[in-house]
Amino acid sequence: MKRQNNESMRSPLSRALGLGSAKAGVEQWWRERVSALALVPLTVWFAASIIMHTGSDYLTFIVWLRTPIVSLLMVLLLAGMFYHTALGLQVVIEDYVHSGLKTFALLGMRFSCYGLAIAGILATLRIAFS
Amino acid sequence: MTNSTPKRLRPLSPNIQIYRPQLTSVLSIANRISGIALSLYAIVLVVWLVAAAAGPQAYSKIHVFIGSGVGRLLLFGGTFSFFLHLCGSIRHLIWDAGYGFELRTIYASGWTVMLVSSALTIIAWIASSMLAR
Repeated sequence: MKRQNNESMRSPLSRALGLGSAKAGVEQWWRERVSALALVPLTVWFAASIIMHTGSDYLTFIVWLRTPIVSLLMVLLLAGMFYHTALGLQVVIEDYVHSGLKTFALLGMRFSCYGLAIAGILATLRIAFS
Repeated sequence: MTNSTPKRLRPLSPNIQIYRPQLTSVLSIANRISGIALSLYAIVLVVWLVAAAAGPQAYSKIHVFIGSGVGRLLLFGGTFSFFLHLCGSIRHLIWDAGYGFELRTIYASGWTVMLVSSALTIIAWIASSMLAR
């Protein structure tokens, strides 16, 4: 009987195991969907609030943003929004950027999303606790 | 066969430009484009919040820009991008749950997305202009 790999005592199955995909794609897909679901009420709330504040001056806006529930929803919105944005833009970059720039584009996008999210949250908290 | 010419014209698979745009393909790319646009508007949101935290002067500068013609046009584009992405994403979530894959349903939901997102954009602007008075 002929053996293909004389040296190995391992079965064909054990040699094949672990050589498939990274199995990480499904998780990103789920994260995108879950964050989308969270963003539906948050963004609708935000859009409605902005419409209600069309004629508001600075003070009215600040007083509104300082109410605890509004501060909370704004922080949640910023976190969810940039989380979802990073996931979405990652797919866009992976689809269209194939050169050596890809890694840098992904890094730059990720850093920008984290930085912007934290800047927005800090600004909201600064107003909330001022 | 001794044909060894290295260059022979081989048939190519049709490129994306060859296809006539269909509602399904247009909405598919529209969801991606509106998503990219919204990530730029997210930057505006942060700038706006940071300006509000910085004080009334910085805030009024942002407000003057948003109130200008260019600002209003950009805001209108942002409103439409938002509602289009919102409705399109809800359509996608329904697909992800396993519903609505029949061709008729796909076209019905596609036109619904177009109609509802346009209507919501117009309603939002009418409501905001009425409140501004």
